[in-house]
Amino acid sequence: MSSPHPAKPGRRDLLVAGATALAACGKPTESAPSDGQTAGNAANMRPYGERSAFEKPVRAIRMLSASSGTGSSRTPLADLYGMVTPSSLTYERHHAGVPTIDPSKHQLLVHGLVDRPLVFTMDDIRRFPSVSRICFLECGGNNLGDQRGESTPNVQQSHGLVSGVQWTGVPLSIVLREAGLKPAAKWMIAEGVDNCRMARSIPIAKALDDALLVYGQNGEALRPEQGYPLRLVLPGWEGNANVKWLGRLNLVDQPAMSSKETAYYTELRSDGKAEIFSFAMEARSVITRPSGGRKIAPGPGFHQIDGLAWSGRGKIKLVEVSVDGGTTWAKAELQEPVLDKALTAFRFPWQWDGREAVIQSRCMDETGYLQPTREELVAARGLFSGYHYNAIKPWKVLASGEVTSVPIVV
Amino acid sequence: MFRLLFSAVGLAVFAWVAFAQAPVYGLGRTAAPDEIRKADTTVFPDGTGLPVGHGDAVLGEAIFNSRCALCHNAKGEGRKGEYPALVGGIGSLGTKKPVKTVGSYWPYATTVFDHINRAMPFNSPHILPPNDVYSAVAYILHLNGIIGKGDELNEKTLPQVKMPNRDGFVPDSRPDIKVKR
Ligand code: HEC
Repeated sequence: MSSPHPAKPGRRDLLVAGATALAACGKPTESAPSDGQTAGNAANMRPYGERSAFEKPVRAIRMLSASSGTGSSRTPLADLYGMVTPSSLTYERHHAGVPTIDPSKHQLLVHGLVDRPLVFTMDDIRRFPSVSRICFLECGGNNLGDQRGESTPNVQQSHGLVSGVQWTGVPLSIVLREAGLKPAAKWMIAEGVDNCRMARSIPIAKALDDALLVYGQNGEALRPEQGYPLRLVLPGWEGNANVKWLGRLNLVDQPAMSSKETAYYTELRSDGKAEIFSFAMEARSVITRPSGGRKIAPGPGFHQIDGLAWSGRGKIKLVEVSVDGGTTWAKAELQEPVLDKALTAFRFPWQWDGREAVIQSRCMDETGYLQPTREELVAARGLFSGYHYNAIKPWKVLASGEVTSVPIVV
Repeated sequence: MFRLLFSAVGLAVFAWVAFAQAPVYGLGRTAAPDEIRKADTTVFPDGTGLPVGHGDAVLGEAIFNSRCALCHNAKGEGRKGEYPALVGGIGSLGTKKPVKTVGSYWPYATTVFDHINRAMPFNSPHILPPNDVYSAVAYILHLNGIIGKGDELNEKTLPQVKMPNRDGFVPDSRPDIKVKR
């Protein structure tokens, strides 16, 4: 299998890291044994835990303007396991920074086409019946570079704008019922209290279906960068519509046509028209190990191919893997549980013959939708739709064991 | 049959009434009309939500130079890789080099007002009084050749501005890709 990090820590690094760990727990006099391992009775207890000092995967941060408030950070998918992303590594995309919010002062205003306009405190919100649900969160722009022909070099850069999270909160339908939703309400404008008061118009059907008002993330309170203390979660829908730092829900009869649902998060086709209110993330899959930028042991031998598949329209039904450039495909094994609109891990046993190979995955969701190739997607949408680009992503395994992206011919 | 239909309709009506009935949990407090008015700044394409006020590109130029040009550049041309351009690209959307800006891509002038009102200037938003926002919008639209320099924008005229890409948006057509297997 591929080494978990681009460069394995050398023996010297291990010694230094071990010594640092000891220093940190207040036993500077003990020295690390010469094999780089430490033993002993120190429990290293910390009020708020940290991963091992040997573990280095981090988010890849990209600023998107010269002002620090706009940018993204991508999840290191090649280093993670299973269907839930650690909160510290969950991807981010911000349009106007991360506000600091005292939850005791935070309020949610629900107004517009309701019988009773209401203001809820966080205590109120937490008193409603709660649910927890595991689902993915994905930026509408995940992997858009590949559509334009950038051939992103590794899976963190290509697909890192997706994470799997267990969310906890209140079904939005309960809160809307509390306010007395009027039949004339067709849209709900969700607005954050961040600097740009991020606003999105959400069709009322989604609000009443599976939308959640979320305060919990992976068993603890939301992280600030995920919308602390309250965010909207719309399972399977593009990340931006899952408004963070939620402060207001306005029930209305028409969409606001806000900048983030017109200028951004719309897909420009080659005929010059753009598609609007395209919320659902369609099914996609990608191999995370071995993947671009990593190296596997050269020569013939066994390697497990790992990957993730997910669909904003339901459960993943089937994942297939090809290790011969797409000529033949074989079924991958899906890791249980396979959940609605959640990351689904898959694996495929690969007996590599040691020769250069192109490996890739494709998936089908429970609606029968098949993940397209880049050629099929570009034939339908052209090069500039950007958002919702969900094509198959191949990786090339060289005889040296190095893994690269496959150049895209535009 | 008739009865069945009748009771089905009755059930649906009952379900709706049940949905719209009294609160179940008694949580939250009644929002005061005043706090709703203060919070509700959303501007809709038909002009709903626009504050009373007016401005034009002459006034807007001065506001833009002092509050916006620092980032978006003197004529709204932006700074490559640093700040978005607010002008240009009109007519480019269907070509091999589409350029999306307020002028070429945004379908409604109301959205420009709403965006500036809620998000700009980027590092100190929510400071511009309505008249300054009208003027900033007017200047950006004027730089794009959409309105004249002396044209007044107010809560009545702003929604009437026809943006070049007003008819450029179509509903989500997915699933739209033909996959061969
Ligand atoms: C400190 C820099 C800065 C200043 C000053 C500033 N802006 Fe911006 N502006 C930005 C950034 C950054 C964005 C992109 C935000 C995003 O990613 O959503 C932006 C976006 C915009 C947009 C949307 C353009 C698009 O296509 O994304 C408009 C319109 C705009 N600004 C108008 C203004 C106006 C009018 C002013 C002055 C009142 C102003 N800005 C002042 C940084 C600035």
